[in-house]
Amino acid sequence: MAAATVKADKDRKEAPDFALKDAEGKVVHLSDYRGKVVVLDFWATWCGPCKIEIPWFTDMQRRNKDRGFEVLGVSMDDEGWEVVKPFLTQLGVNYRVVMGNDATAQLYGGVEALPTTFLIDRAGKIAAVHIGLTSKRDFEDGVEELLQPAPDAGGRPVVPAIADRSK
Amino acid sequence: MTGKRNAAVQARIPVAVDAGFHVNSNTPSEDYLIPLKLTWTATGALEGGQVTYPKPTLEKYEFADKPLSVFTGKFDLVVNFKVAPTAAAGPGAAAGKLSYQACNDRMCFPPKTVPVTVPYQIQ
Repeated sequence: MAAATVKADKDRKEAPDFALKDAEGKVVHLSDYRGKVVVLDFWATWCGPCKIEIPWFTDMQRRNKDRGFEVLGVSMDDEGWEVVKPFLTQLGVNYRVVMGNDATAQLYGGVEALPTTFLIDRAGKIAAVHIGLTSKRDFEDGVEELLQPAPDAGGRPVVPAIADRSK
Repeated sequence: MTGKRNAAVQARIPVAVDAGFHVNSNTPSEDYLIPLKLTWTATGALEGGQVTYPKPTLEKYEFADKPLSVFTGKFDLVVNFKVAPTAAAGPGAAAGKLSYQACNDRMCFPPKTVPVTVPYQIQ
């Protein structure tokens, strides 16, 4: 059996909500994403390891957006959208990015190092935290685990479109 | 640092980067990287303050396509001043800021600025 890439449900804590603006000036709340699996990525344009991971997230967004999955980037650039917007265009980022601040970073334990990435389940709970450059496989495995349907009350995995003939 | 009016004087600012970390040099390899930079906010009785940075090293990291121009370990920044012709005798200090941005091989840390003080004595 492979080692779990995400925490057991009982060990997950609620991801703190926040209200941050995206590139269009619209206010985005993390709670807007309730019901979806979210990769919440704290990054900055001056962070080399972040530049490695961002194309992975772009790929994951493209492949999983119809499965109830979203990537949400939080830029920690002090220079703001002036440097972030061209960067997003250059990398072809296809997911929403908001402008972070110290208050939000503190909600998430300080976020001293970048990249710091949280995997958040559909209930809005933190299932995994990755600090520093991580493998694409680790992210994909964690997201895939969270995207799986929850088992039914009997503990049986729910398989869509297959009738239960035991009853 | 001691000098007479109109004298050329030199200061050495020691810098130490913890093992396992690097800071971008004053001439980073990429535009998006934040350089090491020493600037002066007040030089008192001193004029100039041109900074000579050491020769950087080119290091290859997993997260970068090409080697990065960085400083590691211990090094000095050399600063050249000239004592002002009208400088009053006695002690004083030049005040500046050293800004930098550090990473290790997997993660990066926010840009920081630390104060720099160069005490001097005008004879």
